[in-house]
Amino acid sequence: MPHDHHDHDHLSASGHPYRKDNDGQLTYWQTMEIAIRELMVEKGELTPAQIQAQIDAMDDRSPANGAAVVARAWTDPDFKKRLLANGSDAAREMGFDIGPMHLVAVENTIDTHNLIVCTLCSCYPRNLLGLPPDWYKTREYRSRAVREPRAVLREFGVDLPANITLRVHDSTADMRYIVLPARPEGTDEMTAEQLAELVTRDSMIGTGLPKSP
Amino acid sequence: MENPEHRWHDMGGDAAGPVPMDGHDFAIWEKRVDALVILGQQRGHFTVDGLRRALEDMGEQAFESMTYYERWVASLNQNLIEAGVYSLEELGTKMEEIKARGDTYGAVQS
Repeated sequence: MPHDHHDHDHLSASGHPYRKDNDGQLTYWQTMEIAIRELMVEKGELTPAQIQAQIDAMDDRSPANGAAVVARAWTDPDFKKRLLANGSDAAREMGFDIGPMHLVAVENTIDTHNLIVCTLCSCYPRNLLGLPPDWYKTREYRSRAVREPRAVLREFGVDLPANITLRVHDSTADMRYIVLPARPEGTDEMTAEQLAELVTRDSMIGTGLPKSP
Repeated sequence: MENPEHRWHDMGGDAAGPVPMDGHDFAIWEKRVDALVILGQQRGHFTVDGLRRALEDMGEQAFESMTYYERWVASLNQNLIEAGVYSLEELGTKMEEIKARGDTYGAVQS
C-alpha cells in the first residue's frame, strides 16, 4: 500500500494524520506567514478574500481533474491526439486552469511505462492534480527515481517486467509532465465517467497503475 | 555531502534509502504560504526562479532541518523584502506584535 501510516490513531477523512500545527505552540515560521499576510493586506497588495480565493482554488484541484482528462483520452481518439500534442491546451479545452505551465502528457503503451519526478525540487502538474504528495518531494524519491526507478516502482507495488521500457521524465518549473496510463483491459463497455473512477493519482505520476474494473 | 559536480539540491542519481510513504494533510498556515507564493508572483514581485534561487541558496542544512513550507515562507519573505514590498524592520515589528497576541497559531490571528 502506498499509504501505510505508522500511527492510525488520528487520521483525517482523507486518511492522513492531522498535523498539530493549529493548536500547538506558535512557531517562528508560522509567525512569519501571518506577518507577511498582514503586511501585504495593510499595504494594499492583497485582500483577505483574494488569499482565501487562491486557497479555495488550490483545494478544488484534485487528481479527479486529471482522471477526467485521462478518461476522455481513452474514449476520444481525437482528444488523445490533441492531449499528446499539447497537454496544456487539451486540459484547458476541458475547462481546467493550467496557468502558464507547459503540460506534457506521456503515454504508457504495451511496451513502455513512464515515470515522473522533479529531481531539483517539487515541480508537479499541480494545476491539474492539486498539490503533490509528500513522498514526491522527498530526497529518497528525487534521488532514486532516476538512478534505480524499477526498485522505486517496486516500493510502490509496481513490478515492471524487464521487457517493458521505462522512461523517467524530470520536470522543471516551466515544464510539468503527466502520465497517460494505458486503459485497463475489460473496460470496453465503460463510459468516460466510469473510467475516470479507475484513474488514480499515482497512475498519472507513473508510480501506480489504473485500477481494474 | 559536498559534490563538486552539482549543487546540493540537484539530487537526481544520489544514493538514498526507501521512499517514505507517510503523508499529511496540509495545515491552514501551509495553504496560506502556498497561496501567498502564487499571489506574490502574480503581483509581479518575483518569479518562480526567484523562489527557487532563495530555496537553493539556503543550502542542504535547511533541507534537513526545515519543513517544505517553512523553506517556502523563508524564500517568499526574502523575495518580498528584495522587491521592496516591506522592510526587514517592518517584518520584525510585525512578528513581535503577533507573538504578543498569544501562544498558538489559532489564537494570534487578527
